[in-house]
Amino acid sequence: MSGAAAGWLQVGLLVVALAVVHKPLGDWTARVFTSPAHWRAEKLVYRAVGVDPGSDQRWPVYLRSVLAVSVVGVLLLYLLQRVQGLLPLDNGMAPVEPSSAWNTAVSFVTNTNWQGYAGESTMGHLVQMAGLAVQNFVSAAVGLAVLAALVRGFVRQGTDRLGNAWVDITRSITRLLLPLAVVATVVMVLGGVVQNLHSGTDVTTLAGGSQFVPGGPVASQEAIKELGTNGGGFFNANSAHPFEGPTAWVSLFQVFLLLVIPFSLPRTFGRMVGDRKQGFAILGVMATLATISLTLMTVFQARAGGAATQLAGGALEGQEVRFGGPLSSLFATATTLTSTGAINTQHDSLTPLGGMVALFNMMLGEVAPGGVGSGLYGMLVLAVVAVFVAGLMVGRTPEYLGKKLGRREMTLASLYILTTPTIVLVGTAVAIGTAAGRAGMLNDGPHGLTEVLYAFTSAGNNNGSAFGGLSADTTFYNTALGLAMALGRFVPIVLVVALAGRLAEQGRTPVTAGTFPTHRPLFAGLLTAVVLVVVGLTYFPVLALGPLAEGLS
Amino acid sequence: MPSPRPGRQLVAAVRALLVATVVLGVGYPLAMTGIAQVIAPSAADGSLVSTADGTVVGSSLLGQGFVDADGAPLPQYFQSRPSASDWDGRASGGSNLGPNSAELADTVAQRRTAVAAFNGVPEADVPADAVTASASGLDPGISPAYAAIQVARVSRERGVPEAEVQQLVAAATTGRDLGFIGAPYVDVLELNLALDRELG
Repeated sequence: MSGAAAGWLQVGLLVVALAVVHKPLGDWTARVFTSPAHWRAEKLVYRAVGVDPGSDQRWPVYLRSVLAVSVVGVLLLYLLQRVQGLLPLDNGMAPVEPSSAWNTAVSFVTNTNWQGYAGESTMGHLVQMAGLAVQNFVSAAVGLAVLAALVRGFVRQGTDRLGNAWVDITRSITRLLLPLAVVATVVMVLGGVVQNLHSGTDVTTLAGGSQFVPGGPVASQEAIKELGTNGGGFFNANSAHPFEGPTAWVSLFQVFLLLVIPFSLPRTFGRMVGDRKQGFAILGVMATLATISLTLMTVFQARAGGAATQLAGGALEGQEVRFGGPLSSLFATATTLTSTGAINTQHDSLTPLGGMVALFNMMLGEVAPGGVGSGLYGMLVLAVVAVFVAGLMVGRTPEYLGKKLGRREMTLASLYILTTPTIVLVGTAVAIGTAAGRAGMLNDGPHGLTEVLYAFTSAGNNNGSAFGGLSADTTFYNTALGLAMALGRFVPIVLVVALAGRLAEQGRTPVTAGTFPTHRPLFAGLLTAVVLVVVGLTYFPVLALGPLAEGLS
Repeated sequence: MPSPRPGRQLVAAVRALLVATVVLGVGYPLAMTGIAQVIAPSAADGSLVSTADGTVVGSSLLGQGFVDADGAPLPQYFQSRPSASDWDGRASGGSNLGPNSAELADTVAQRRTAVAAFNGVPEADVPADAVTASASGLDPGISPAYAAIQVARVSRERGVPEAEVQQLVAAATTGRDLGFIGAPYVDVLELNLALDRELG
């Protein structure tokens, strides 16, 4: 079988698996957010946390709960890294340096998992387990909670209540993330991913040299890293490391894991708003964008652009032989379309246009399908914008799912779509304009600009993948990217929860002959166009100076 | 109904994260480690491999250098792909050089000349994976094409027929999973261990 045919069969298997799973998983997730019954274990959690699960929170309280979890999460994770030498299972690692510890704490709490450090030489097992992996769960649960609040905003009428953030976060973990992570861990261990508490051993190699064979609870972390679209690897090489991604099928399974929740959430949305076709339209937009992106990435990588790539005879620099080209392209596409940022191939060494696709995927705002929770709430805000655009064309007050989109709603939605581009472009400009920023580039010319642009795009969109050539473990980048991650996560969350509050206060506008139907292909097409145009126009100039200049030269 | 005092949410957040740390940060990974050590102890410990006399020489999943103390390739062994991190288990990673990097182009050209000379084959026969560094720096595999150009040299060094070496290459080759996932590769450490074991 030819490599290309095998590559598309892999995609086919993945699509079938996602299609089969998205219905039951999407329906289950809808129940998670609507069921009135609490599990016994959950009641224990609520008692330990000291919250009343029965209380229905107003949107400012809901928001404060979500932000409180995040702020405390940053502090706790920072502290853990700074004192790791005093704790058990530190594997002899020194305390993490302050600017790096800040960057990493923000990175994991914001679901970015940008890594300025190399895991195997920085973090002891305890920080990996009790610090980083905990935030893998919690940050994903926060994303799901914010999504649940927004969907309730569409569903509820004439109320100032959005549900209970503590219940949404707890149930996201107990009913969704933890059970799936247990299954995924077992599958990956059977596939060869390591799972132990050893601190690693030095062995004498066959040729008489010495090699360190690392140990660690890798599979349990790998599972939630993909499921929660986190992406922070146990090792520096992330899922390209043979102990994280031992075989091709395990790597494909990881692609499935990082797509499975985001692609089932439109079904959850359709269920919760009582019209599955609405979810189907959103899913169609996500799938269309993902298909275009994957096709472009695969074609660009196979064409092996770049002088050095041509000389080598293929795009194998920074790629693992066992995965091969198509699976590496698939992983790179999936990880940047979601907010994951895990890698099984080095993005800095992607072909110029392949690297641009990865960059553009993140610039889309990671909505196709995006991160756990965050992808769909981002897409729903864009849907609001699309409906507004349609309303302008026909001169009607726009409405989406029975909610009128007036000045205040549109202000919040507009601020949302402006936030990330502002962070990315201002951050890149500051870095390029300062000596400290320019010092980090490994490659020169347009590729160097792309390294910096990629870093701020990845941080601002909470992706976490990197053009690894950028020396980002400096005070400048740790601080600047930490800020970009925090603003890129929390400003949109504030806007989304506020929007949810406004929507819930409204009554429902009845559907009339003049209502723009939002479950038809026409709307899906319009939404696709809005996503591409809003993003394309914002970023085109800087893309032209970076990857386009390199790819077309 | 929750009080609007912001301090209350912070206290709840501290308690929630402490619960999460115990359950998800300690309970979950320890339970998973316990299960892993029962269902797949060898894989969970890193798929270690040893020589005929039982000495552990590495992991079948981790590539290593088959070079002498000066970094020169040992001709009696199949060679791994280049590693940007010198096969260091504490510093996995790739070169991160871009597709138009002049440095990468120079390195590729030098490697091509060296690999062709070492194996006595024309430069055009040297496959891409032989002249490029992997993503992890620990790639255990090489392409069947790279193994093929090394067979003559290894059998000459060891004074054994090429057919016998070729048999061992075939045994160390993993096809695509399920016939279509990933790419075929030859596990170099497994192959070299088999060479030492079977052909002295």
